[in-house]
Amino acid sequence: MTYIQLAYGDLVLPALLVVMDSALSLALQLKLERQLAIATVRMVVQLVLVGYVLTFLFAVVSPFWTALAAFIMVLFASREIVVRQKRRLPGFWSYGLGAACTLLAAGTVTIFSLLTQLHPEPWYHPRYALPLLGMILGNTMTGISLGLDVLTNGLMRERAAVEACLALGGTRYQALLPVLRDALRNGFMPTINGMAAVGLVSLPGMMTGQILAGVEPIDAVKYQLLIMFLIAGGTGLGTLAAVMVGGRLLTDNRHRLRLDRIGAERAG
Amino acid sequence: MLTVIALTRLHISASFELKDGECIALQGPSGVGKSLLLRSIADLDPNEGTVKLDGMLREAMPAPLWRKQVTYLATEPGWWADTVEEHFSRWDYAIPLVGRLGLPPSCGTWPIQRLSTGERQRLGLARALMLRSRVLLLDEPTSALDSNSTANVESVIAECMSNGTSVVWSTHDSAQAHRVGSRLFVMSSGGRIEEHQP
Repeated sequence: MTYIQLAYGDLVLPALLVVMDSALSLALQLKLERQLAIATVRMVVQLVLVGYVLTFLFAVVSPFWTALAAFIMVLFASREIVVRQKRRLPGFWSYGLGAACTLLAAGTVTIFSLLTQLHPEPWYHPRYALPLLGMILGNTMTGISLGLDVLTNGLMRERAAVEACLALGGTRYQALLPVLRDALRNGFMPTINGMAAVGLVSLPGMMTGQILAGVEPIDAVKYQLLIMFLIAGGTGLGTLAAVMVGGRLLTDNRHRLRLDRIGAERAG
Repeated sequence: MLTVIALTRLHISASFELKDGECIALQGPSGVGKSLLLRSIADLDPNEGTVKLDGMLREAMPAPLWRKQVTYLATEPGWWADTVEEHFSRWDYAIPLVGRLGLPPSCGTWPIQRLSTGERQRLGLARALMLRSRVLLLDEPTSALDSNSTANVESVIAECMSNGTSVVWSTHDSAQAHRVGSRLFVMSSGGRIEEHQP
């Protein structure tokens, strides 16, 4: 397996493309140059740091450091879920639900693939565990945040319908079912669309990376298929858990709709 | 008999008894808390106090079972499916009642979207009446209806009452309150109810 190594100097010329974007923004008065500069600096710093952190983790192969890195990734994912909500769940649950469901879904699916398909030695080897977790986490996070967003907004919008069903003696599950279905459908949709378009519209980043690193395309495809199946499983599990628990949190044991538990709508 | 003792929700507080076949007309300015009271009796919002049906505490039974016996009907009833008949467990059983409320049997296939406010109100009432509840909590059930449809609704409810159903009927129409109510309650801005002579 051979690949063309890059030196930092090799990146100078491509980086000029970003400078070109800034120039365009200035010329057309798009006022994007500041945002573009910040985003570029963030990207460079974050990726270089991650490079060094991964180098360290791969060198020590410690269960403690691997678990800590995984935990920090889950924390960032749950923060991202909360930020994407137009309306937030109450108190602890605003972060807790997203974190618990991402951890449950992405963690289970990652460990499942490590133990049954990849068999690295040791099984928690960060070279396998962390990239896998990262890819599954990103997609699970999107599913959960979309699902929860549709759930809370749907309950606000369909309040009269839900309460009509409750008033006629429906259980909270019966009353919420149309909104729950909607939320689950929305949570799954990006994954389904992604699976349908992959290979035709886009070549996935991981597969491209492996091919650039000298892996035979058909071997890279097998890895990509594994990842896509894991993503589908993780997103399904995570979205289902988040939407069902979210539905329970927004009702109570007397089968009442408790929209008072949703925070006020945030601007933007 | 429905017994309400010190039922409290936000600023409202109420105690009364409602015998079988009796109708309480509930009046009071807009925003005073009439809907809150009706919703609290049906246990649709968190509330405190004691509510019993024939001496049985509502907490002693699952909330869905309570609401099948003590049924709240909102002024603008909600709809969760696309067509009218999907909201009824047996649409064919509901057709005679829907006819008495002035709607054709074919309205079962009508999309909810094309119903007028008045049609929604009458179909919402029909849907609630199909439960044959012991107590009906009607929140301005004729606010969007013309005088003919209002008379139809009043006669259908009167028939339910003659079969033993009790009713709390919130209305802004004083003439209607006197027509339908065997007792008249007025809610003041403090959220208290006072019984007036009809």
